[in-house]
Amino acid sequence: MKPRALLLNLAVGLIGLVVLFPLLWMLSVSFMTTGEAATFPPPLLPKSWTLQHYRDLFVTQGMGRYLWNSFALASLATGLALLFTVPAGYAFAKLTFKGRDRVFQILVAALVVPAQIGTLPLFLMLKGMGLVNTYAGALVPWLASIFGLFLVRQYALSIPDEMLEAARIDGASEGQIFRRVVLPTLQPIIVTLALFVFLGSWNDFLWPLIILTDQSNYTLPVALAALSREHVQDIELMMAGAVITVAPVLILFLALQRYYIRGMLAGSVKG
Amino acid sequence: MTDVPASADGILARPAPRPARNARNRERAAWGFVAPALIAIGVFFAIPVFSALLLSLTDFDIYALADIGNVRFVGLQNYERLLGNPLFWGAMRNTGLFALIGVPLSIATSLAAAVILNARVIKWRPVWRVMFFAPYVTTLVATAVLWNYLLHTKYGVINWAIQSIGLPPVDWLGQPSTSIPAILMFVVWKIFGYNMLIFLAVLQTVPDDLYEAARIDGAGPWKQFKHVTLPAIAPTLLLVSIISVAGFFQLFAEPYVMTQGGPAQSTVTVLYFMYEEGFKWWNLGSASAVAFVLFLCILAVTLVQLAVAKRMGAYE
Repeated sequence: MKPRALLLNLAVGLIGLVVLFPLLWMLSVSFMTTGEAATFPPPLLPKSWTLQHYRDLFVTQGMGRYLWNSFALASLATGLALLFTVPAGYAFAKLTFKGRDRVFQILVAALVVPAQIGTLPLFLMLKGMGLVNTYAGALVPWLASIFGLFLVRQYALSIPDEMLEAARIDGASEGQIFRRVVLPTLQPIIVTLALFVFLGSWNDFLWPLIILTDQSNYTLPVALAALSREHVQDIELMMAGAVITVAPVLILFLALQRYYIRGMLAGSVKG
Repeated sequence: MTDVPASADGILARPAPRPARNARNRERAAWGFVAPALIAIGVFFAIPVFSALLLSLTDFDIYALADIGNVRFVGLQNYERLLGNPLFWGAMRNTGLFALIGVPLSIATSLAAAVILNARVIKWRPVWRVMFFAPYVTTLVATAVLWNYLLHTKYGVINWAIQSIGLPPVDWLGQPSTSIPAILMFVVWKIFGYNMLIFLAVLQTVPDDLYEAARIDGAGPWKQFKHVTLPAIAPTLLLVSIISVAGFFQLFAEPYVMTQGGPAQSTVTVLYFMYEEGFKWWNLGSASAVAFVLFLCILAVTLVQLAVAKRMGAYE
């Protein structure tokens, strides 16, 4: 290898090390015995491996409950978001209806408004509806995703009109066309959107922190934040909790990274 | 759910000519497709945002929470009081600092990583791409807890590295002068992969001939970057910086988990201030005013950036 090539590859390797080290350290510390990480110099690998902290988390800290909450909420949010945004995104791209362009312009403008602004009234509204501290309350923001609607619309624009016309001539209703013709072609963007929503809901913090007031309803991030205030000194226990929180989304991302990255670039470079 | 029966337009005994009827059916079907989403956006996004403006003009507090009759319209008093509150100005200052340092730092990191990765001699590029991006999808709260320990004064790996080159350890999260840089280290680690991927995608559209031509003209790596790479990515750079500013203006979980706003309020951000005002002290009227000021700031910065870019001709 030429010196320049060697140098560049070395630089990339170095960045890789900096990026990966924290995650590997987290994994390693989660297997250390209590107190081992609180020594200097910081040990990189456990002297003896133990699963004690994982057991502690599930047996005495109720981690199973939080894991279930996170999983259930992320799955429900994904299903609901798809149900609401996929048909709408398709319609904005391929069907004509009165006021379509006007409505679309308003939605574009609304993208500038950060959702956090509405947080307080939304909380009061849900309180009035008795939805504070319920799954339903936690799910509500995922129904109203303008970004998801755009993502689907962008992709649906590439569906050839001739294909839809042909189905219409064959006598298919609009609903049948959507199910049999449109949905199969939208499959890649549906996977992307599902992945975005699942990860988004799993990682979300501010809204579940506000709306899920009872400990038994906590999601993993909310529970982890609470736990870290109580157990600052227990580095190994906290790292085990972090591993449980991060591992599912990291594995899901690695398995479906192609869909994630393609959708992300479609959403930001062209859009 | 959207199958419109053909006989839906019932009372008209004589069927309308086929094309017109089809168009009407299609229009009805289209509304069936968009209505659920539009209603959800209206009820759970538009109404709350507009109500936030109204709420910010009231003295909605814990007493009003118990009995709505206690709410009074107070005009701009919440805003006046905020502007006179040093804690609010502190939050504005901290948020400004986060954005002022964080945006250039994170974009420079992303760009540097993208330029290096884009070199033709790099091996296993797809692997590095995914690896550099991975922290972005991790759960913010979990990695913030993790970085708390990396930044630990006594046992932290970062201080260990610093001491091994002979420098004294730093109390990263324990003193106001280093708390913001410490949190920024974490944030840049977590997010740089996102913009890096965007830059990479654009860099790959720059034809190799351009670099070839520059090299023949005797341009070194820096000149190539300045005259070939930079013009090619200028519009993207603008887009990315607008999105980044908005992102840095909305830091919340980082201070919540890592510092609880401390030490000496040095990491209280505007959103953190809003959260405490609203959900710790239940001053929902005043908290809504904070939310609106934040929105106006984001809007203002975005418009300024667009104007500057237009003047420089970077964005057509």
